[in-house]
This record gives sequence, structure tokens and C-alpha cells, in this order.
Amino acid sequence: MSIAATLSDRFWRQPRLLLALLLVPPLLWLGVIYIGSLLALLLQSFFSIDEFSGLIKYQLTLKTYGELFRPSNYDIIIRTTVMAALVTLASIAIAFPIAYYAARYAKGRMKVLFYVGVMLPLWSSYLVKVYAWKLILAKEGIITWAMTGLHLQWLLDAVLALPVIGGNSLSVSYIGTFIVFVYVWMPFMILPIQASLERVPATLIEASGDLGAEPGQTFRHVVFPLALPGIVAGSIFTFSLTLGDYIIPQIIGSSRLFIGQAVYAQQGTAGNVPLAAAFAVVPVLIMCLYLWGARRMGAFDAL
Amino acid sequence: MTAVEFTHVSRHFGSVRAVDDVSLTIAEGSFFAMLGPSGSGKTTCLRLISGFDRPTSGHIAIFGEPVDDTPPNRRAVNTVFQDYALFPHMNVRDNVAYGLMVKGQSKPQRYAAAEEMLALVKLDGYANRKPGQLSGGQRQRVALARALVNRPRVLLLDEPLGALDLKLREDMQTELKNLQQSLGITFVFVTHDQGEALSMADRVAVFNDGKIVQVGTPHDIYEQPRTRFVADFVGSSNILPPRLTQSLGGPAKWASLRPEAVCLTDGPGKARGIIEQVRYLGATNHITVRVGDQTLTAAQSATKKLHAVGDQVGLSWADMALHPMDEA
Amino acid sequence: MRSDAPAPLSLRLAATGGLLFLHLPILLIFLYAFTTEERSYQFPPPGLTLQWFAVTWNRPDVWQALGLSVKVATVSTVLALILGTLTAAAVSRARFFGRETVSLLVILPIALPGIVTGIALRSAFNLADIPYSTLTIILGHATFCIVVVYNNAVARFRRLSGGMIEASYDLGANAFQTFRHVILPNIGTALMAGGMLAFALSFDEVIVTTFTAGQQQTLPIWMLEELVRPRQRPVTNVVAMVVVLATFLPILGAYYLTRDGAETAGGGK
Repeated sequence: MSIAATLSDRFWRQPRLLLALLLVPPLLWLGVIYIGSLLALLLQSFFSIDEFSGLIKYQLTLKTYGELFRPSNYDIIIRTTVMAALVTLASIAIAFPIAYYAARYAKGRMKVLFYVGVMLPLWSSYLVKVYAWKLILAKEGIITWAMTGLHLQWLLDAVLALPVIGGNSLSVSYIGTFIVFVYVWMPFMILPIQASLERVPATLIEASGDLGAEPGQTFRHVVFPLALPGIVAGSIFTFSLTLGDYIIPQIIGSSRLFIGQAVYAQQGTAGNVPLAAAFAVVPVLIMCLYLWGARRMGAFDAL
Repeated sequence: MTAVEFTHVSRHFGSVRAVDDVSLTIAEGSFFAMLGPSGSGKTTCLRLISGFDRPTSGHIAIFGEPVDDTPPNRRAVNTVFQDYALFPHMNVRDNVAYGLMVKGQSKPQRYAAAEEMLALVKLDGYANRKPGQLSGGQRQRVALARALVNRPRVLLLDEPLGALDLKLREDMQTELKNLQQSLGITFVFVTHDQGEALSMADRVAVFNDGKIVQVGTPHDIYEQPRTRFVADFVGSSNILPPRLTQSLGGPAKWASLRPEAVCLTDGPGKARGIIEQVRYLGATNHITVRVGDQTLTAAQSATKKLHAVGDQVGLSWADMALHPMDEA
Repeated sequence: MRSDAPAPLSLRLAATGGLLFLHLPILLIFLYAFTTEERSYQFPPPGLTLQWFAVTWNRPDVWQALGLSVKVATVSTVLALILGTLTAAAVSRARFFGRETVSLLVILPIALPGIVTGIALRSAFNLADIPYSTLTIILGHATFCIVVVYNNAVARFRRLSGGMIEASYDLGANAFQTFRHVILPNIGTALMAGGMLAFALSFDEVIVTTFTAGQQQTLPIWMLEELVRPRQRPVTNVVAMVVVLATFLPILGAYYLTRDGAETAGGGK
């Protein structure tokens, strides 16, 4: 009997053998390389830096986590979380009509057009997308040109004059950062919402109307609750991706830092790897809380 | 010779006893039906024969040879799956020739065998189609040809007609029966449809709760059910409690009385009652009559005199129609 | 929830507006690749020219970065194909203790922010004294590409009804014959789609890469440098356009390969 046949017989007699052979390589890879790295990160965050020599002290301490609560660091965490929440809300607002239209009204070629129309920007180069907005938001860019052409220059100036969110030009303001975050991460919201809407039978909407509900009531009491798992699933992406991004605020935004930038700066120029690690643990904790909540809402069924 | 033999076979899934201490022999050349409601263990038994599942305890032998350590690809049995499980990426010819291909037969050889088998199931001319282009009935035939081309010693059929509509199902019943008789292969088929089991099989095993409750010819099973479950599951039956059986002149046992054995009379008959419901079923009427605290159903040719709800009628039957059962 | 009635005007406007918001900025990239303006992002471009294509063509740093990106993406894709397919096979074929944990483990590298994956890998390389090299980039990329292949493969494995594999055994095939004649032909397109998407993902990745690349430049890192410290803007414009065109191909290819299925590739980036 050939080796293949012998082995095949053994797979039948011991199904666990086949399972083990299938699972060992990926588990080794993810377990050793990925989980190992996460543990290394966690370990680093419990080290601290010697203030005089700048060297890492390999002793377990909570001192570095304490530093996160210094006002300047704490601000970074709050700023990033608020931004992630706002980006998520804006993404829902823009993504929902697209998903709703695609799920309820688009047919045949239109449906394909919508699908490809979402897929292409979703998968297009991240940096190119950011770069495109650099072109758009620049002082000499298309927005200024359009506003001048429409004699709305005063409006742009008024917006830029706003405290906190304004700035010298859109490309160095929070408004700019926000727009680009929404642009880059919003496509991740469309497909999960669309998937959850596709599963709502049309008869349900007819039944609601039949029972006397106005379209608005049907939306609020039937469509929206059923789309919620999809919204939550999509928001996991928008929220997580915004939390961890350090490139968008670096290229388009003010000089005030986000978590990602703090991590990058601490491990790079500042050479404070423990603090960088502690900073990196923050989005993980926030995401764990978020995922835990999402799981309770049944969001993972829609992934 | 015995084709398949189960010796105290059990298959447990955790605390669920899907098959519970089943012993069974299936004779060579027979058309054997495993009948029972869903979850009764019949499908698990079939999977134990094909080798997709292994017994928790007990032994299975196929043509006298123990198969406890034989994987499905080495067993002399083939299966027609409930959903047919045709390979969607192969055309009909390659589907049918698959078994011969993996055994290493040359292309001309296996294609010739496939064509021959397709002719047998009346699908000549369909060899180049993909399964997706066939109707349910045609897919069923391909599945049949794909199994039979390997010349199995036992053919297993899992709810073979379940997915077909009524008319097609009846045609297929006749055809399967003819095929089995002409090939002389042992057929073992699983069904929850008692009509199918009775009309096709020459032996029927009735399953309930992982056990076989009765094995016998269709005639035995129908006329002499051993338990209330069999009486009720195989054809509808009037089930009489021991007290009533005794008052009607039988022993103090549960008894079954087939509706078609019950006649309505204007005279006193064996019992009298009031008609509660009349259901028109085309060829027959089913008339439910209340007798004391029981109801009895009589099946009557629809051409007979029409009775109306509320009529007083007498019920009579031949003495031997009242069948007392040994077990509850 | 299909409806045959026409959509309300407000909904049509919102949906169309949303899609335009997604596409117009990318179209702008195509315009800027031809601008004659060198120093600023002036709109409208003062003039149009093809000269920057030639300039870019002769830039060795661009070619070098492109070469590294292609190499990394190719190796990462192959690794991800193997590991992702194995995991998908195990998870969809059997129920075992810890099955949920395995699927979570696969998704984790993209569910967690990229910067976490990045700094985690960097910490590990530091602690283990591993010098930065092409290999360290690949380690990171393969890790987060597994999920793309896995998602595509697992959906197809589920559709590949258990009955089909049993049918193959039943007809006398052993495990390897079954894989070659039944499983592979049925999951082939899904794997190809997953591979294309994995390639696109790796080719474009920048956040994790900045932590694992050391001094090497992949194409995205080259672009990032140009964004932070612009040297020759027109060259960046041209590269950006080429990158857009280059990523469209695998995306459309993956879509084409899986469009008939209930699950279409790319749903879960």
C-alpha cells in the first residue's frame, strides 16, 4: 500500500491526527510570532526607563502605566478616543444610505456597480488616498479654488477661524484630520451594514406597513434594529483603525498627537519603549471593551 | 448469505444515544428499509455501514468481514446521498467515472463503463452536462449511476426520494425496485416515509429512539405491529387501550385496529357512536366516531353513502382485525 | 429586503453622494500626475505634461522600493495561502475544543490597530535580538494576510457540502485523492481571490511595515517619506497614479473570480 493510502487510512482511524496536522503550522506561526510579540509588548509595558541614563530597567513595575495619567498623555488618549467615536458616527451616517440603497433598490448591473464602487476605494492604496486629500485640502488646492469660484471664501475663513478645530488651512486642522479619517475608514462600514440589511426579508417591511406603521416608524422600529449588528460590526473596524492610525494625523492635522503618533514617537525618537508599549496597550484595552459590548449585541453574526 | 450484520452496535454522541445496542442482519439480495422518524437513529446506522461514522461499541461486518478498521474508501458499499452530493465542477460523465478514476482505470475504460451505466438509468446523452444543468430527478439518476458503476455489493440510499415531487417519487419507486431486482444487489435505504418503505422494501426495520422496535416484512409490520409506536407510525391506526380492547372481547392489552377494517353500519355493530368529523381524501373518507371517551376512525370508500357529522352509527369489523400488541 | 418600487429621491442623492465622495479624490490623483506644477499642490494645474513619467521611470529609488514591495508581497502571499488554507480546512471541517479561539486568533492581527501589531513585532525583534531584514517585514505581512485567505477559503469550505467529501471517500478515493480531485477544484478560485487580496494588502501596507523594515524602503514607505518630506512632488504624483492602477487589477480579479458565489471576495479586508 502506498504511503498516501496508509496515511489516509490513519486519518480515518484517528481524525484528531489530520486535525493536528492541519492546525500545527498556523498555530505555531500565529502563536509564536504573533501572540509571542503581543506578550513581548505587554512585558515591555511593565518595564520602565531610567530617567538619568535613558536605559530600560528590566524590572516589573506599574510606573510606566502611571505615566499615562499625566495630563499631556491623558489628553492624547481622550483626544484619540473622541476622534474615533466621531469618525465612527460620521461613517455610519454616510455609509447607511449607500448600504440601504444597495440592499433594497440596486439590481443587476446596478448592484455590481455598487459593489465594485465600494470595493475599489476600500482596497485602494491607503497612502494614495491620504495623498489625494493632501492635494484637496492644501491651501492652494481644489477646495480653496472651488470656494473662491463660488464666492464662499468668507465661509472657509470662518470655519478655519473656529477655535480648536480650525487652523491655518484645512490640511493642518482637526477638521482635515477628521475628514480624511472618515474617508479612509468609512468604506469598512458599508459592507457589514449591507450584509445585515440583505438579510431583512422584504415581507417584514411590508408587514410593518400593513400593521399601520409610517415609513419613518418602520425604519425606526424594524429596519434599524435589524441593521444594528451590521452597524456594530462595521464600527469595530472604523473605531479600531482610527484608534491605531498614526499616519493620517501626522500628514494631515495639527501638531497635537494621537495615540498612534505617541507610540511611534516614544519608541523612535524618544527611545522610551516601555511608555510606547504602555500606550499601545490602551487601544487594545479599549477595543476589548468594545468587542465585548459588540459581542453581547450579536454583532459577530454579521461579520 | 448475510450482507450486513450489526452486533450490539451503539453510537453515542455525548449523552445522546443515537444508536443504542442495535443488532441486525440484512440478507444478501434483499431490499431493506430503515424506517423511522427523524432522530430515530436510522441515518446514523446507514453512516455506520458506509464508514462515515464509527460505532462507540459493538461490531459491524459486511459479507462476513469485520469492517471496524476499514475506512469508507475500502468498503464494498456505495451510497446515494440525500442531496446527491454530485461534484459540481465535473460533468456527468466524470462524476459517474469518478470511482473508477481513483481506482486507476484508464480513461477509455472508465468512460465506457460510465456510458453504460448512464444508459441503465436512462440518461444517455446527458454525459456532457454539468450537475447544475440537471433537474432533481436527473441528478438522482446520476447519483445512482455514480454509485452503481463501482459494482458495490451493498448500495446505501439515504432518503433517496425525499427531494423529489410526488409524481416523480412514484415513478422512481418503481424504477428503483426494478433496478434492484435486475441487478440483484443488496439495497439498504433510509426513509421516514412509511408508504415508501412498505411499497419498495422486502424487509423493514422500524427505528425509534436509537433502537429497532420491529423488523419484518411490510405485511408483518403493517398487520401485526408489535408496539403502539409501530402501529401509529406505520399507517395511521386506531390504538385501543387495554380496557377498551377487553370490553370489545379481546385480551387486556393495547390493540391496533386499522381504519380500513372498520365499517359503518346502521345496525348496532360492535360499538355505537356519534360522528364527530368527516374528512374527504379523494378515494376515501376518513370518518371519526366518538365511542364513549374514545374516538375511532373508519376509512370508507368515498362512493359509499355519505354520513354527516352528528349521525348515530354502528361500527363493525372482522374479529381478526383487532390486533392485540405484546408491548405497550 | 428587495423592493421593486423606485427609491426615494433623498436616498438616491445620499447614496450617490456617498459614492462620489469615495471616488472623486482618487480621480484627482490621475489629474495631478500630469501637472506641470513642481512646488505646490496648485489647483487647477497650470499646465499638463507627460515629462514626469519619464523622470519617474529613471529613478532607481522608485524601482528599488517597488522591487522590495513585490518580493515581500509575493512571499507573504504564499505563506498566507498555506497557513490560511490549513486553518480554514481545520475550522470548517471539524468541531473541536478551541475552534472559536482559533478563528479569533486569525482575525486578531487585523482587528487590533496596526500600530499594536507593529510595535509588538518590534518589541519581540528587539527582545530576541533579531536584526531588521526583508524577513522581518515578511513575518509581519504574512501574519495579517492569513486572515484574508482564511476568510475566502472558510466561506468556500462551508459551501463545499460535507456530503461531497464523503461522496469522494465513498467512491473509493483516499484523503489525498479527495483533496486533489474534489476539494482543490472547488476552493481554487476562492484561494486565488484570497491570494490576490493578500497581495494587494501586503503591497499597500505601511503602518506595520514602518516598525519592521529598519532602513529598507518598500513602495509605501517610499511614499510616506515623500509625504512627510516632499522631495520631488511630481514623481510622487506619478507613483501614486501607478499604485492606484496596480491595486485595481487584483481587486477586480478577485471580484471576478468569486462573483458567482454567495460570498464575494474582499468583503472583509
